[in-house]
Amino acid sequence: MRQKDTQFERIAYPVGFGLLVLVLWEIGVHLFNVSPALLPAPSAIGAAIASSAAILWGDWVQTVLKGALNGIWMGSLAGIALALVVDRFVFLKRGLMPVANFFAALPIVGLAPIMVMWFGFDWHSKAAVVAIMVFFPMLVNTLAGLSAADTMQRDLMRTYAAGHVATLMKLRIPAALPFVFTGLKISTTLALIGAIVAEYFGSPIRGMGFRITTEMGRLATDMVWAEIFISALTGTALYGLVALIEKRVTFWHPSHRG
Amino acid sequence: MKKPVIDVSGVDLTFPTNDGAVQALKNVDLQINKGDFVSFIGPSGCGKTTLLRCIAGLETPTDGQLTVNGLTPTEARKARSYGYVFQAAGLYPWRTIGGNVKLPLEIMRFSKEEQAKRVRKVLELVDLEGFEKKYPWQLSGGMQQRASIARALAFDADILLMDEPFGALDEIVRDHLNEQVLKLWARTEKTIAFVTHSIPEAVYLSTKIVVMSPRPGRITDIIESPLPKERPLEIRDSPEFIEIAHRVRDGLRAGHEG
Repeated sequence: MRQKDTQFERIAYPVGFGLLVLVLWEIGVHLFNVSPALLPAPSAIGAAIASSAAILWGDWVQTVLKGALNGIWMGSLAGIALALVVDRFVFLKRGLMPVANFFAALPIVGLAPIMVMWFGFDWHSKAAVVAIMVFFPMLVNTLAGLSAADTMQRDLMRTYAAGHVATLMKLRIPAALPFVFTGLKISTTLALIGAIVAEYFGSPIRGMGFRITTEMGRLATDMVWAEIFISALTGTALYGLVALIEKRVTFWHPSHRG
Repeated sequence: MKKPVIDVSGVDLTFPTNDGAVQALKNVDLQINKGDFVSFIGPSGCGKTTLLRCIAGLETPTDGQLTVNGLTPTEARKARSYGYVFQAAGLYPWRTIGGNVKLPLEIMRFSKEEQAKRVRKVLELVDLEGFEKKYPWQLSGGMQQRASIARALAFDADILLMDEPFGALDEIVRDHLNEQVLKLWARTEKTIAFVTHSIPEAVYLSTKIVVMSPRPGRITDIIESPLPKERPLEIRDSPEFIEIAHRVRDGLRAGHEG
């Protein structure tokens, strides 16, 4: 029988493979004499990160902390709040949801220039794009979650003559949490895309998206890759953070019991 | 004569379905007195669960009179006149056993000390002392169902409605729980209505056995049990027991042919 991976193995395998890819990349670039403008070697990207740490940090604060995170909390809260309202009034579910689904089908990054026009060059317009992007997955997932409690559990609450609020607080919201976390995990990925792409349409002279477009214009691809690397790292970390909180909060869910 | 606790007279219930109306209950008359242990027995589709749900105010009869404690079933439900045990334990996985038993007490706004006192008392009543801090998924099916009985007893309603509570459990566990339910009934002097499809279970537990048959759901026989209140498991081998079981079986067969 195969033994379960130890903590060390769980970390060692992916790290090992990652290093292997980097090494092959480095060798490939030197071997085939690839122009640094086309594909810089990992060592060059690493050097760019080290020498421009202050710039990269400023960009990260602008795009991730101000743009993406503000957008996530605004969009998520709005999505959850609307889900609670729609769930309460049946006519909203019938009338509003088809409209909401239509809006969800819009390519939202297309709205980015309009958001820049409405909310200005700074992070506010980026947060707005992110908020709109995460709004629909949060709305749809929360609504699905609110109907996750089964008929018997609802009947039980009726036998206690529990009102709408008590049923929500004691039964339906806890039962909805796994769905809400699914929405949040989707949102973290979308948020970074939204915050970076929105900067392509206008931003102050900092931000990851701004840096990517301007450095690309100067063919300084090592900086472009540095930003891409950092955004990937940030996306993974955000996703991991949400997954960690999820595991703590919904410890009772069959997928987390252990 | 004293007024019955549950008084059903001329109750009809028709469900509209896609294939036309289905008559789930037809002209049901039944009186349940204080302290009775009444079983509803019959094949599936005979309306035994529907009748219990009507008494609980979870379904509304299309015709006829039905009172619980002199109130309409909905009023009785709002007055929290009964505890209801469902076919599955339906414990909330995010709450401990103690937390689950506490659920109705929280909704009914009992004081914190009273909650703790009652949780301890009813868990002792179903032999689950020491499991207060466990989560439902850490317990066997029989223990979960006992916890759900404790939950129904926690707020000390005079009536206990049980819908095939042991249907999903194996024979040995079921025997044990039947014994416990009888002890509980003797200790608490509650009025119990109990849905089952097991003849030995119905005869062993009840003071009154209501035999029902399907299409349309109706009562075909009501048997007053002559068995004493004190019932060891061995009573099931006595001639009286076998005679009642016979009569129940005959009633079920007659209903099937008719």
